[in-house]
Formats: sequence, structure tokens, C-alpha cells
Amino acid sequence: MSPLDRKLLRDLWRIKGQAVAIAAVIGVGVLMLVMMTGLVTSLDETRRAYYERYRLADIFAPVTRAPDRLIAELAAIPGVSAAEGRVTGSALIDLPGLDLPLQARAVSLPDFGAPQLNDVYLSAGRRLDSDRSDEILLLQGFAKAHDLLPGDTLSATMNGARRTFRIVGLAQSPEFLYTTAPGELAPDDSRFGVIWMSRTALAAAYDMDGAFNQALLSVGRSGEQAAVLDAVDRILDPHGGLGAYGLEDHESNRFVSEEISGLRAMSSGVPPIFLGVAAFLLYIVVSRMVQAERGQIGLMKAFGYTNVEVGAHYFKLILAIAAGGALAGCLAGIAAGRALIGVYLEFFKFPFLVFQLDPEAFVIGFGVSVLAASAGGLIVLRGVFALTPATAMRPPTPPDYSRAGRIGRSLNRLLDQPSRMVLRRLTRQPGRMAGAVIGIAAGMALSVGMISILSGFDRTLALTFTVIDRSDVTVTFTEAMSEKTILELQRMPGVIEVEPVRIVPAVLRNGLKTYRGAINGLVTEPRLNRAVDQDVVTIPMRQEGVILATALANILDIAPGEMLTVEVREGRQPVLDIPVIGMAETLLGSPAYMELGALNRALREPNRVSGAYLRVDAAHSESVYRQLKDMPTVAGVSLKADARDAFQKLMDTGAGAMRYIMAAIAAIITFGVVYNTARIAYAERARDLASLRVIGFTKGEVAFVLLGELAAVTLVALPLGALLGYYLSFGIAAGFSSDLYQIPAVFTPESYGAAALAVIAAAVASGWLVKRDIDRADLITALKTRE
Amino acid sequence: MVAEPHKEGAAAFRINGLTKVYGEGQAAVHALRGVDLAIPAGELVVLLGPSGSGKSTLLNIIGGLDRATDGQVHFQDQELTALSDAQLTRYRRDHVGFVFQFYNLMPSLTAHENVELVTEIARNPMAPDEALALVGLHARTDHFPAQLSGGEQQRVAIARAVAKQPTVLFCDEPTGALDSTTGRAVLKVLKDVNERLGATVLIVTHAAATAAMADRVIHFADGAIREVVVNETKLAPEDIEW
Ligand SMILES: Nc1ncnc2c1ncn2[C@@H]1O[C@H](COP(=O)(O)OP(=O)(O)O)[C@@H](O)[C@H]1O
Ligand SMILES: [Mg+2]
Repeated sequence: MSPLDRKLLRDLWRIKGQAVAIAAVIGVGVLMLVMMTGLVTSLDETRRAYYERYRLADIFAPVTRAPDRLIAELAAIPGVSAAEGRVTGSALIDLPGLDLPLQARAVSLPDFGAPQLNDVYLSAGRRLDSDRSDEILLLQGFAKAHDLLPGDTLSATMNGARRTFRIVGLAQSPEFLYTTAPGELAPDDSRFGVIWMSRTALAAAYDMDGAFNQALLSVGRSGEQAAVLDAVDRILDPHGGLGAYGLEDHESNRFVSEEISGLRAMSSGVPPIFLGVAAFLLYIVVSRMVQAERGQIGLMKAFGYTNVEVGAHYFKLILAIAAGGALAGCLAGIAAGRALIGVYLEFFKFPFLVFQLDPEAFVIGFGVSVLAASAGGLIVLRGVFALTPATAMRPPTPPDYSRAGRIGRSLNRLLDQPSRMVLRRLTRQPGRMAGAVIGIAAGMALSVGMISILSGFDRTLALTFTVIDRSDVTVTFTEAMSEKTILELQRMPGVIEVEPVRIVPAVLRNGLKTYRGAINGLVTEPRLNRAVDQDVVTIPMRQEGVILATALANILDIAPGEMLTVEVREGRQPVLDIPVIGMAETLLGSPAYMELGALNRALREPNRVSGAYLRVDAAHSESVYRQLKDMPTVAGVSLKADARDAFQKLMDTGAGAMRYIMAAIAAIITFGVVYNTARIAYAERARDLASLRVIGFTKGEVAFVLLGELAAVTLVALPLGALLGYYLSFGIAAGFSSDLYQIPAVFTPESYGAAALAVIAAAVASGWLVKRDIDRADLITALKTRE
Repeated sequence: MVAEPHKEGAAAFRINGLTKVYGEGQAAVHALRGVDLAIPAGELVVLLGPSGSGKSTLLNIIGGLDRATDGQVHFQDQELTALSDAQLTRYRRDHVGFVFQFYNLMPSLTAHENVELVTEIARNPMAPDEALALVGLHARTDHFPAQLSGGEQQRVAIARAVAKQPTVLFCDEPTGALDSTTGRAVLKVLKDVNERLGATVLIVTHAAATAAMADRVIHFADGAIREVVVNETKLAPEDIEW
């Protein structure tokens, strides 16, 4: 081995603490990138494989009642590769011990064999026996939430008739990855069930003998989907077709897609910020490290080593640290990604996993690390190479104090010698100190950003569930009812306030942009469930048009004053053109609001309501629930507390769960920056400090010279870090926001305070670690060697 | 003022009007104020002068470590002062051995490896062990600089400089930190290199006694040459009064 390579290894060993600290900073940056991209590609690939293996349909066509012979016609549509009809209906499950009945969907499976489309994955028990009409498969998530097992019985009401069923198996399906209570956004396993029954048995329950009320189709090539949708609608229209829609509008798929695309947006938005900060720190630290080698560089040049040879030597050193960090980051990222995917599999209810890594992440991780480190090294080397070897071998020329003369002298009288040394170093090497300040500030900015995101999640919950929605209970009727039903609710003992609502499912269209959602008809001055503007002031409902959530307006690319096409998916299914008259601020979902009366007029169904928001006297809530359970017109009751819990859970287990991991990584980087700054400062000054000890300064005084510098740099970095963090927060918030929910960047004095405290704690810990080394330093060795 | 070549052969260095100014304006330091000098090849030359007189500056410039403000230095047929950085690197690599005033060893390399650092890129080096034996350090080759005394470090530095079998050897205060016995031993090594390898050796010192072993003594003061003395009779390094 050449002596230079041996020097390299020994130098690496000597600075191992520092090297590990540097490598760790860039390593966690790479870890995050690899973990996130691996997670996203794996989830995407797993979803694709799951859909394919269980033959999830491309098109869903609900219809009132269509004869079975139409299936052949549907299958004959050009581009359709398979078509199947099935029966499905809503059901209520009555579990002993629960105040409220739970909503469920019943779905038919063919009497014999597996379905062509939308097969199920049997996770426990056995398949249905078509001879036994009381056998069901139950959605596994729901069964688990209620401790139901194969062999148990379940009583459910279908089409008004209550029956008792026997659970023979538990099933999962790509069609029901996500299940919500109706009218809610967040998934909740426990409050929505899916029951699979044999076709004959279910047809009997819903009066669908020889007919189907949902057609499933698969399309050969996706380009043909639009034409197929039209053809399906034409065939089913005479039989009460409710509008065929593609998988992209399917509720469960949409949710899963949005969660995955939320993760993808996060993985392309947030890790680069972290990696960028880490790369910047690497750059600063490496440049200071090489700067400290100036004398040795001059010496090698004096012996006749060429610039290329010297450069290559330091490049190896830098590469060892940067690539080592990147490699460790990649490996840890793979491990972390795998662990996380385990968690997400459960969240998404995928029965199996296709683990896939994104090679691009490795390339980017390595590239950025090596580039940043090389840039840091190169810039310093260029500077040193520009010096003659004689100059390089001399310690850098002490700068000219004469300029600072007068101020210096008056300060001198106020400050003791160590303080003056700190002050001089700060003013003497402004470039180096600025680098340290910016580095710490960047590290702190990450923490500020992540803390503001953590508050942002709380803000989203608070705004949605206490400001926008002030009701306690949401009641959904089986169908649009006369307004008199509201009076019935108002008369109920324990009910304090009732606010009617009409929610109409619709496809909202602006040109080519569509969104499958609903129009919420609210009273003129809503009190319990409101639309609010940016300043959280209630927007009164007006007759003239529709008010859209900002998120929805963005999806549809529409602005107030423009016309929105509303294709109603209920009743007569009119197509309406309604002007957009305002925008509402929501952080959850993408609602559209109209005045209730105006909506009913547009539908030509006056005085109808589909549900109500209730404020309930807490002391009487149980009696209210009991009365609601007995009302035949009530299809579902959801408690805001449950909805809020479900949402909190969604944000804590879905894409939002990332925020905790990222906050931890931000904390690691913040600490890493501060620690590196302290270490580098010590490495640069070890000799000076030893000299001070020799001439009689105490350990404390010597430590003060170094730690005073660190303290000063940290204090200057705090306000800058707060400012950088402010801007960074918006980028991170955008990464965390998805179509399901928006996360605002929330700034409170506490979030700045917490980040500042974190930085100060890191500085104290780093100072303590470095102080230990100062105390232990061997004076003789430190002084004797001179490059 | 330029003396006749004492030994046979051409001048190794011809120096004309060499000037070096550090800094600018009021703070400018005139380290060299127009030096004219010829150093014949193969001689052992001692440069004597008080501290701060510009000796190291002169050595650095003709050693290719620093650049002159004005004037020319010729080495053999090459004008050093006109060379590019890369050409100067080549010159140092192929011809020059340095012994620095402050040893300048690589702290993370052993004595042996510090020598190897130079032999590795030299054209015609001797074995590192041989060079270390020459300075009497064969027993401590695996020690790191921090484990060596100042004198031992200086001897490693000399072994490092002579190991490449340089054409010219520059020594900046090589005995400054040494006791008399070690000092004489070091001077003996330098003399050996001069005689055995035929290398031109230039020793900077403020110890006047050293001058007795030189072919030629240059008295230096305030950035200029005061006097050049050619020694008709030379003492062996062993006989120098310390
Ligand atoms: N890099 C430098 N910058 C400014 N002045 C210098 C520098 N190097 C040397 N000097 C000044 O040049 C003069 C000659 O220095 P030097 O050649 O080291 O003297 P010597 O080796 O004879 O003691 C001294 O006054 C010294 O202070
Ligand atoms: Mg000198």
C-alpha cells in the first residue's frame, strides 16, 4: 500500500468520530430518500399485483335492475374483455352490545366457482356452499374489529328483513381496501362491514331473481375506457342505469391511490429538502476538514506531488466518508422501508407484498452525497493549490487587526482574555463562521419545518371537527325525505339543535376535468356544519350558485364566475349548469356547497333532506341513539367523536404517519449539524488550545474559548434558522398535503421555541462531548507534532 | 562579488536581481532586495545570517516553493522563475530535497512511511531503510512523529530529503533544534550526500561554526548578500566547534 493510502486510513481512523458524524448526517438524508421511494414503489407494485391477481374490474356500472341477458350484450361491447353481473345492496348489521346498528354492503358471489371479476382472498375459513343460503363471508377487517370468527353467527337486516347468518370465512378484496361509514372520509374498519353471499341467496333477499344491479367489466386497453363507458350507459339506461364509472372513481381505489400518491408526493417533495440540507452540511464540513489539512497539502506539493495526485488523495478521503454515509443510508433505508411497508401493508390491507426498490434513489443518494462532498473539497483544494507550497505550509496569515483597532481596544478593557479570543475568532474568520451559522440554521430549519407540520396536522383536525363541524351526530336517511322528518328529530328529547342537509352524489365536470363527489345542500345560515373562508368566517349560502372547496376548485381548474357542470347521480339524474360563486377553505376532503332550497329547486324535488346534523345533550345521548336506532328512515348515524378518532387514526397510520419518522430524522440532522460544527471547530483549534493550556490557562478557560464560539454561532443561527424554517415549512406542508387532506404550515411561538430548544440542547450536548475531549487532550502530543 | 567556481563544473544556480516583497503598501516587507549569486554544482554552501534576514525566503524561491517578486533564478539551463506551477512541481519532484526548519513530518505516517512518501515518486531513490540508517535511525523506523524527539524528527526529515538522491538539497536550519553530538552527525550526513551523490547542498543556519565545513559561505543580512567567502581549507563535520 502506498504511504498516501496508509495516511488516508490513519487519518480516517483519527477523525473517526467526526467522519461518522458527517456520514450520519448525509446517511439519514439518503436513508429517507431510499426508504420513501422504496415504500412508494413497493406499495404501487403490490397494489397492481393485488388488483391483477384478484381480477379487479375496470368499470363499475350500478343499475336499478337489469335482466341477466344484458351481460352478454355488455361483454360484446368492443374493447370489453370480461363482463359480469352481480347483486349488491346495503345492509345493517346489529351487533349485541352496540347502541347503533352498523352499516354494511352485501355483495353476491357466483353460486359455482370463482367470479370472473372481483374475486376475494379468503384469509380464514372456507368458501360459500351455494346450497346453504345462510352462509356468508365477512370482510376480515370488520370481523377483526368485532372479534368475529368463522363459525360465529351474525344478524343483519337486508331490504327490511332481519336474518341470522353463519360466518363461514373471512375475506379480503381489492375492492374493499378502504371502507368508511357513509358520509365520512376516514376509513374505519369497525363501522362498515362487507358481507359476501351466494348469488341466489342475495338475489332472493333483494328481489333480483334473474337480474343484476351492478355490472363489472374489464377493458382490454385503457384507451378504450371512455367509449366503453358510453356504450354501457346506453345499454343500461332503459333499466335505470345510474352511470358507469371507471376504477379511478371507485371509492376504495381512489382512497388507496390518494394515499399512495400522497406518499409519492411526499417522497418527491420532502426527502430532497432533507437531502439538500444534509448535502449542504456535508459541503461545509468537508470544506472545513480539507482546509485544516492545508499544511499537509503544501508539504505534499513541496515534495513534488502534482495537484492531481494530491486532489485524488483527498477525493478518496471525502469519498470514503460521503460514499460510506450514502451506502449506510441506502442499507438502512432499505431496512427501514421494509419495516415500514409491513406497517403500511396492514394499513392498506394488502394480503401480500411485492417488495421493490427504486434504483434511481440509490443513484441520486450517492450522486448528491459525493457531489456535495467533492464540491466542498474541490473548492478548498483549488484555493490551496493557488498558493505557493511555501505559503500553504505556513499557518494562514494572521489577519490585520489594525482595522478593528479602536473598537477592539475599548472592548478589551471590558472583556477578559478568553472572551477576547472568542470575539476575535468570530470577527477574524467571518466566512468560516458564516458557514457554521448557516449550517446550524439549516439544521434548525428542518426541525422548525417538521414541528410546524406536526402542529399542522392538529390544526387540520381542530379546524375540521371543532370549527367547521360543530355538530355531535350526523344522521343519514335511507333516501331523500320530506322536511317533516327534521321536525321529528327536533322533537326528540335530548336533541338541542337540528340542521337539515341534502347530500346529492354527482359527477362535477369542468371541460375534461371531472370529480366524482357530491353537492352538499346547506341551510342559508349554517351553524352546525359550515363552509368557512380563509379567516374561518362562515360563508352564508346564496341562491345563485355553488361554493367549492379550494382543493376541489384546483382539481377542476375552475374559478368563481365560471360554470360548473353537475351530473347528478340520483333520481332523474339531471345534468345541471351552475355558476361557481365562491370558494371555501377546507382541510379535509373536497366538498361542494349549495343552498338547500336552491339545490332542491334545481333537482325539482322541493323540501327534501337526506340527513341532518344534530347537537345533542350529552346527558341524554344514549337515549337519543336508541330513538334514532328505532327510526326506520334512518340509514346511518355517525358520531363526530368516532369520525374524528377515525381521522386521527388515518393521519397516524397512513401517509401522515411519516411525519413522526421525518421529525425524528430532522432531529438527527439538527443534532448532527451542531455536533459537527463543534467537532470541526475543535479540530481546527486543538493546537492553539493545547498551547493555551501549556501557558497556564485552566481547562475551563480553554473550553470557554471553544465553547464560547459555539455558543455565539448557535445564538446567531437561531433567528436565521427560524426564518429558513418558516419558508421550508411551506415546501414540507405541500409534500404532506394530499387530495384527502391538506396540511397547513402552522407557526406558533411554541414551534419556534421547541426548535430553538432542540438546537440549544444539541449545542449543549455537543459542547459537553467536545469538552470531554479537550479535558483529555494530551498536551505534549498536541504540541509536538507539526505538519 | 560572484566568486570563481571552486570545484569543476557549471553553476547549479545563477541568481540575478532576485527580489521578494511580502504584502503591499505600508505593510510591505522587503525580504529580498536584489540578490545576485551563482552556486556552483556539487558544492556544499552555507548561508549565514541573522534571523529575519531573508534566508528562508531565498531558499524557498530557489527550491521552487515560492515565487519571486522580481529577478531571475536559473537552475542548470532552466529559468525557474519562468516555469509554470506544473513545471515547478516537476522540478521539485525530480531534483530537489528539502529539510524544513520545523521538520514538517506527516503526523499520521511513521518515520519509514514519511521517507517512503518521497521515494515513491522519486526517479532514482534509495531504500527508505538505507536513508534512515544513514541518519542513525534504523531502530525507530516504525515510530510516529509524536513518539520521536525533536532531533529524531529532524533526522527523519533529513532521511526523507536525501532518500530521493536529489540533485540539490536545501536545508533550513537543520541543526537548530539539535544537541552538539546529533548536530555533528546530521552535518556529517549532509556532507556525505554532497560527496557521495555529488548533490549541491545549501544549508541555512545562524550558527557561524557550521561555516567551517562549507566550500563556500554566503553572509546574508537584511535581504542582501554582504559577502561570499570561499573556504580554502575545510573542517570535517566531526571537528566543528559547537
Ligand atoms: N509570508 C510572509 N508574509 C509576510 N512577511 C513574511 C512572510 N514570510 C517571511 N516574511 C518576512 O520576511 C522577512 C524574511 O523572513 P525569512 O526569510 O523567514 O527570514 P529568515 O529565514 O532569515 O529568518 C522577515 O521579516 C519576515 O517577517
Ligand atoms: Mg528562516
